[in-house]
Amino acid sequence: MQAIGLWLLRKDTVYLQLYHFWSHIFAVNFAMGVVSGLVMAYQFGTNWSHYSAFAGGITGPLLSYEVLTAFFLEAGFLGVMLFGWKKVGPGLHFFSTMMVAAGTLISATWILASNSWMQTPQGFEVINGRVVPVDWLKVIFNPSFPYRLAHMTVAAYLATALFVGASGAWHLLKRHDTPAVRTMLSMAMWLVLIVAPVQIAVGDAHGLMTREHQPAKIAAIEGHWESKPGESVPLILFGWPDMAAETTRYAVEVPHLGSLVLTHSWNGQIAGLKDFAPQDRPDSTIVFWTFRIMVGLGFLMVLLGAWSAWVRWHRVLFKSRHFLRFAVAMGPTGLIAILAGWITTEVGRQPWVVYGVMRTKDAVSNHSALELSVTLIVFVVLYTAVFGTGIRYLLKLAAKGPGPLDGHFPEPAPADGRPARPLSAVGDRLDTAIALESKRS
Amino acid sequence: MGIDLPVIWALIIAFGLMMYVVMDGFDLGIGILFPFIHDRIDRDTMVNTVAPVWDGNETWLVLGGAALMGAFPLAYSVLLSALYIPLVFMLVGLILRGVAFEFRFKADEAHRPLWDKAFAFGSYLATFCQGVALGAFINGFRVSESTYDGGSFDWLTPFSLFTGTSLIAAYALLGSTWLIMKTEGALQRRFQSMARPIIFAVLIAIVVVSLWTPATHPDVAARWFSFPNIILFSPVPVLVVITTIAIQHLVKNDTHAAPFGLALFLLFLGYTGLAISLWPNIIPPAISIREAAGPPESMGFTLVGALFVIPFILGYTAMSYYVFRGKVKTGEGYH
Repeated sequence: MQAIGLWLLRKDTVYLQLYHFWSHIFAVNFAMGVVSGLVMAYQFGTNWSHYSAFAGGITGPLLSYEVLTAFFLEAGFLGVMLFGWKKVGPGLHFFSTMMVAAGTLISATWILASNSWMQTPQGFEVINGRVVPVDWLKVIFNPSFPYRLAHMTVAAYLATALFVGASGAWHLLKRHDTPAVRTMLSMAMWLVLIVAPVQIAVGDAHGLMTREHQPAKIAAIEGHWESKPGESVPLILFGWPDMAAETTRYAVEVPHLGSLVLTHSWNGQIAGLKDFAPQDRPDSTIVFWTFRIMVGLGFLMVLLGAWSAWVRWHRVLFKSRHFLRFAVAMGPTGLIAILAGWITTEVGRQPWVVYGVMRTKDAVSNHSALELSVTLIVFVVLYTAVFGTGIRYLLKLAAKGPGPLDGHFPEPAPADGRPARPLSAVGDRLDTAIALESKRS
Repeated sequence: MGIDLPVIWALIIAFGLMMYVVMDGFDLGIGILFPFIHDRIDRDTMVNTVAPVWDGNETWLVLGGAALMGAFPLAYSVLLSALYIPLVFMLVGLILRGVAFEFRFKADEAHRPLWDKAFAFGSYLATFCQGVALGAFINGFRVSESTYDGGSFDWLTPFSLFTGTSLIAAYALLGSTWLIMKTEGALQRRFQSMARPIIFAVLIAIVVVSLWTPATHPDVAARWFSFPNIILFSPVPVLVVITTIAIQHLVKNDTHAAPFGLALFLLFLGYTGLAISLWPNIIPPAISIREAAGPPESMGFTLVGALFVIPFILGYTAMSYYVFRGKVKTGEGYH
């Protein structure tokens, strides 16, 4: 996902250097994605067997299409994009790069369609206790799908831009000032400036859709318990929703703002949590806060974009150290906001796994608590090790920065021109990059 | 309707699984042989022989899982939850070896042995778990009301432990013959001498499994030994014997593709034996592919994509093996 933003931008010959630098980073992500993707195809069956027996008729095909698309992507990816620069010429290479970008997007589309169907299911019937698809177009283009797809795609661009921008800013702070580094920062900041406000608009539309289809989720996000007739909804900026006491403690409210944001009218009303039976309420304490983390970071991103425009206007984009530090600090926020957003939407749909159709507690396999805790711990340890190493490596690559085109070219170029696997596109060793980094600073 | 969707899908999934066993089999085999080769450069050469293809091989496993869910949701849910522990540790093994494979090239000298160990350990773990799952599959599952009804450790039987160990031998055979094909010189001779005891072990494993299975499964025995099946199936054991003798003979002399080809054929025979013992059941001992099939709307929808993409994948796979044909010389890497 991270990479989508890059391809479209990097195709001017001036940007070649950067393109190759960032395609290395994409390669690292891709390799980590391959191994972790394996788990998902099996987890539905191992841990959610009742769900897959019930709804496998819809989730299974969507997941199969995702894998098939990913296969396609890998074929194009391995063959041409990373290794075939010298073999096929810029035109075809550009085309295959576009294919990879499109493949990533399509692959994500299937997964999001599957998730969205679980959030806002339609186009199916339940026959003999299992889901039978009736209309695939309705299944795929369910109400929340377009919003979720748009929100997630834009989020991927934004997260990429923030990470790219942060590495550019980091290099400038380290006085590693090259035209490539400058271009990196400059392009990333243009993207943030334009895309961050777009994301807020998309998020707002997403929210309106959710209010219509999953009102309990919105009520939980807002920590809103009840609407009295004729009364407008305030926006609770901060507070502590207490599920047991059915109230939001220490609430700091802005009158009418809730109505304005959620219904786009001065006195509009939304459903409160008390409109739903206690066993149908999602955990407001969690989603209230994850949502605020996401939105708060979103506004900081807008601020970063605006600040970049300001310093650019004053021609100190590459010099203002306060601004550069802020850009570095904002580097991981895209990713954090994505995670917070997913927690919000997934916790917010509880207690349902298929919204209004199947409860989460009815979906799980009958494994003992011991089995589940042991396997969970194993995965936590393994993922920490794998992604820890991966991220460390990624940061080192980013810290090294884009090099000159020769010597840092993605073609390892053995005599017979054989290509290899994704990660071998990356020439650097795990541990030498850090030496370079410390030498520089 | 003229198209028998459950049969088509059963064939697609069986084919995908076979592609997986064949292709990931030899690269897992390389991990299994790792502890017997100590030289760093030799190890690099071994890994380089599969470097361009291993992650593509693993994608067949992902496709198999997803397709099983799409086509046979019931089988997917019963089999995977019954095999929870072996499958989880198989995934752990595969992830471990996958990342170790990648990171060992990037690590410095101090950390490389650690990644090498992780690579070998992951290969053993994944292979053993696959074999255990296979044994448990042959043993069958307790199902009531469309749900797995057995305990957490039903998969753990002497038989499944034996199939787990057997699969290690089988993959080691694939790995060693693959390496005979891809290497030369002293390293190749090491694999030639290593392959011979491995073939012997594989033969024993095949014989034991072939006796053990009908001995404990009357329905399988009935199918095998009834007339005319016994005549129809008789080529399988005969071919197994001929193939093993041929490999024994060839590893001494032929230094190219023939031993590997025959090892693949041997595995294919074992796979066929399994298929004719269990068909048409997808959840042994009693649930057939028809009973476990998902809605036809789901099967048909996915079939369109599968028929479009799978030929493309096969073509691409064939092409990449063609591009990477020939011996991998020491020190010649893609890195």
